[in-house]
Amino acid sequence: MIYDVKHETMSREELEVLQLERLKKIVHYVYEKVPFYKRKYDLAGFHPDMIKTLKDIQKIPFTEKSDLRDNYPYGLLAVPISKLKRIHASSGTSGKPTVVCYTEHDMEIWKDCCARVCGQAGLEPDDIVQVCFGYGLFTGALGMHQGAERIGAAVIPASAGNTERQVMLLKDLKATVLVSTPSYALRIAEIARKLGYDIKKDFSLRLGLFGSESSSEEMHAEIAKQLNIFTTDNYGLSEVIGPGVSGECYKKNGMHINEDHFYPELINSDTLEPVKPGEIGELVLTTLTKDGMPVIRYRTKDICTLDYSPCECGRTTVRMSKILGRSDDMLIIRGVNVFPSQIESVLMEIPEIGSQYEIIVTREGNMDKLEVRVEVADGSLLTDYKKLMDLHQKVQHNLRVILQIDALVKLVEPLSLKRFEGKANRVTDLRKKN
Amino acid sequence: MKVEQIAVFLENRKGRLCKFAQVLYDANINIKGMYIADTTDYGILRVITNDNEKAVKVLKENGFNTTVTELIGFKVSDKPGEMHKVLKLLNDHNVDISYLYSYSEIGSNQAAILIKVEDNEFVSKLLIDNKVEPFIEK
Ligand SMILES: [Zn+2]
Repeated sequence: MIYDVKHETMSREELEVLQLERLKKIVHYVYEKVPFYKRKYDLAGFHPDMIKTLKDIQKIPFTEKSDLRDNYPYGLLAVPISKLKRIHASSGTSGKPTVVCYTEHDMEIWKDCCARVCGQAGLEPDDIVQVCFGYGLFTGALGMHQGAERIGAAVIPASAGNTERQVMLLKDLKATVLVSTPSYALRIAEIARKLGYDIKKDFSLRLGLFGSESSSEEMHAEIAKQLNIFTTDNYGLSEVIGPGVSGECYKKNGMHINEDHFYPELINSDTLEPVKPGEIGELVLTTLTKDGMPVIRYRTKDICTLDYSPCECGRTTVRMSKILGRSDDMLIIRGVNVFPSQIESVLMEIPEIGSQYEIIVTREGNMDKLEVRVEVADGSLLTDYKKLMDLHQKVQHNLRVILQIDALVKLVEPLSLKRFEGKANRVTDLRKKN
Repeated sequence: MKVEQIAVFLENRKGRLCKFAQVLYDANINIKGMYIADTTDYGILRVITNDNEKAVKVLKENGFNTTVTELIGFKVSDKPGEMHKVLKLLNDHNVDISYLYSYSEIGSNQAAILIKVEDNEFVSKLLIDNKVEPFIEK
């Protein structure tokens, strides 16, 4: 279902008029209300009056995660604290979290945008939705919870952890929709099998909405097969709003960005210039409507492509590709750019190995070493040592084809790699910085 | 003549072999024969126990990847030339042996030999026809 027909199917011309009007308003608004933006813009020689067309957004200085951290906790608020209705926080790598604040108005936008994402995925009012994100400061759980409720579905706030119990709830409460991270969906399938369930017969699941970590097409295919569901990807980040920024429709050819609220740009992370249409770049988002803590030209560090052609589903909003990597996560190994997502897509195509993996990067002398650990899942490989060697070589070969560099592949025992219930962290870079 | 063997994927990391033996011990399963080649990172451990079905079950429960394979087992006398006689027979009939190990019981003047071949039916018949004494698990 299309939740907001007016805004999701607007013509490009109409949408751009709306975006420009909102952009002018929000830039003036932060310039007046948030001293941080005024200082920054004055210093850069930018003034809100300089916005005449949408293209003029390129004149505005970027906002970065460090700006949010430096202004912890309330430095970027545009309203008095008394106006806030909800405060969330994202996990910080350097101790302090980044705080995100919502006014009543922001909460409405958030719920609407999450409802749109649910609608895009194909969620219906009579669905029973089990949310297996950790509830709490993390925006993912409550965001999707509110979106599903707004569609009219019943929500099971199962939260994360205790997977055996999750499996029991899924089965007994006849949940039809699963909301989780993609890696947790695989974990659920693994435990369900271990408990002896026949997923086709014993479960009522039909649809999965996966987010909060990037995942490859192959991983989705694997989840679809194991849980016997239709899978969709969605994207958001707490600094901008949480989930609700974009989501896949049933055509599965990109995630529709709720462009009337979040204005997207793609830039080259090094030159900071816009990339050419169709090229890969870092996603930069501007919140056009939030009034509690707007962010202007926020550098997400997420790498993707954008497709402006209308979608067969009827929506006209721009579609972003799956996240191809993080500009931060990109590993430079022997001078070659390697995204962990590339490694994942290679591994997912090889059925004899499990769905978990670990990437370890070390340096010996001046030589970078890339090690990939995978679990041997298929018992039939053990009849003959040669079969194991062949598998080993196949993994190594396929990685070389995609990455253009050699990886050291390590076959390990089943269930011996780390399992993740929230965001998966499969990369360990042991090289000393500098 | 056919003997069931369990193959177990084993990482070459401290304590894994010991853990494997511990799992069987905890389930009160006796190891009758065992074979592992030296490898770098991982290997296949081959083992025959007094209760393979139970062994597979407890090994799986403890996260080991296992599979059951059928081998051919025969006996040879503890004398020079006895082993050669059988191997020559197999060689003459173009039977490839992918691996071989022996399974011995102290106090016996015979050794039990286990081999992995492509065609179990053919090799069983060949050995029986040539009066090689089959090894039958007790
Ligand atoms: Zn669509």
